[in-house]
Amino acid sequence: MAKELFVSKSDDLPDGERKIVPNGNYEIGVYRVNGDLFAYQNVCPHQGGPACEGLLMAKVEEVIAEDKTYQGMTFNHDEMHIVCPWHGWEFDLATGDMVADRKFRLKKYDVVEKDDGIYVTL
Amino acid sequence: MEIPTDHLNKMSVEEFDTSKLLINAARQRDQRGLEDVLIVDVDCHHYENESMKDIVEFIDDPVLRRTAQVYSGAGTGANNPFMMGSPGSQDVAGRVTRYPLRKMEETPEDGTHRDIHLSLKWMDAMGVDYVMLFPTPMLLLGLHPVPEYEVAMSRAYNRWLTEKILAEENRLKTMLYLPFNDPDATYQMVKDFGDREGVCGFMVVSTRYKPVYDNAYMKTYSLIEEMGKPLAFHGSYSWNDQLLGNTNRFLVTHALGFTIFNAVHMCNWIVNGLPERFPNLDVMWIESGLAWVPWLMQRLDNDYRMRSSEAPLLKRLPSEYMGEMFYSSQPMEMPHNPDILEMTFKMINAETQLCWCSDYPHWDMDVPSVIYDLPFLDERQKKNILGENARKLYNIDVSDRFPNYQPPA
Ligand code: FES
Repeated sequence: MAKELFVSKSDDLPDGERKIVPNGNYEIGVYRVNGDLFAYQNVCPHQGGPACEGLLMAKVEEVIAEDKTYQGMTFNHDEMHIVCPWHGWEFDLATGDMVADRKFRLKKYDVVEKDDGIYVTL
Repeated sequence: MEIPTDHLNKMSVEEFDTSKLLINAARQRDQRGLEDVLIVDVDCHHYENESMKDIVEFIDDPVLRRTAQVYSGAGTGANNPFMMGSPGSQDVAGRVTRYPLRKMEETPEDGTHRDIHLSLKWMDAMGVDYVMLFPTPMLLLGLHPVPEYEVAMSRAYNRWLTEKILAEENRLKTMLYLPFNDPDATYQMVKDFGDREGVCGFMVVSTRYKPVYDNAYMKTYSLIEEMGKPLAFHGSYSWNDQLLGNTNRFLVTHALGFTIFNAVHMCNWIVNGLPERFPNLDVMWIESGLAWVPWLMQRLDNDYRMRSSEAPLLKRLPSEYMGEMFYSSQPMEMPHNPDILEMTFKMINAETQLCWCSDYPHWDMDVPSVIYDLPFLDERQKKNILGENARKLYNIDVSDRFPNYQPPA
């Protein structure tokens, strides 16, 4: 049977927050964003940085008008990115894919919420 | 401290600790047994601007010293005449959090300089034994319009660095900053500081507009060659440069900037026959990555075959001279196809000519595993690149860290 790792009480991980919990030799970063829970190993596929300890930022997009002219940049909060603090690689919070090169990804874990607690399935 | 994550929201951070940030580097060190491997980092940095108040006290000229005192204290609200800035966002606009957070880090008040504490912290995490320490904002000082300012600041910095930092910690060394915009002052710097403890070679920041073939430099190259120490050209960028000013994303300013100045100096160095004039002078190229070398080797060889009358001192192809120079590895390009990197390593004779470096704490730093984990290197090659090549080049006595050191066999 899959092992479960207790992360925190439900109330201790409010929306928009992150918790980093030890798991063996590494840690797991657990996020609650817009009501959904996500969990990733805190190891970046680039050089091994603690990806989950970085900023959580909205995707940056360019605004291009009908006539193809550049009109500036904006944040798209529908796609949030985990940004590794070592060099700035960005990972799609929903999938763990590295957004600039989808050959790389963070190791993803399932997360469940039950009995007032949050658990990662190992 | 709070770091904005978009135009409305912020993330708050309570503390910053280099050892914690680099805990995965320490894990890599332990998994790979890197404590037992000699690792010499040929390019890392500190932020000398944080010690500017102390450094300016070493400026000789009383008027310039007083000016520097004014601006390194509370300032006047005007631009500091000693600092050359360039627009840029090396930290990817705060995404590389060690930039905005570094001021939060606490170090013991035990009489040892903060820069020594901070350096040893990241070195220990990565398993690095010795480093060549370089400044940060001064990497733009070669763009200063007045050579006198570069000379005054670099002499003060070199005195401060050698007396207050290097003399206090044997694991920290440097290739001495040269005020290259003034050839005579450059010569004098080599003479005055070249034999100081911890000075393993000399470094010219390549971001400047002075050609390396100028006759005015020949006496300096001769002197350095005589001393048996290497001369390095260290890349940086300038968004104010006319060519790079055509780029609107720092990604490109950086990708080109850190390469293009070194590429120009390399070309001038080769076609003016400086390797023939100074056959025993070791030359190193720092912080341009590696991919530019095969590009330039092919480009120069091709043109040289058609126009050898313009480079009559050469006895061999440009690529052959380039294959005898030294290169620092960072920021090492990681192509998906490892054959590309393997070929690059072969072309530059990496086994003897490549030296690993971190460039820590700068944003595109490399950890030692970028070399150690390469599938096409054997154990000896890895150890050469991580430490032995640099030990030989700089003639470093490593007995305090490795009493029974033997070069990798
Ligand atoms: S280790 Fe994560 S971005 Fe490099």
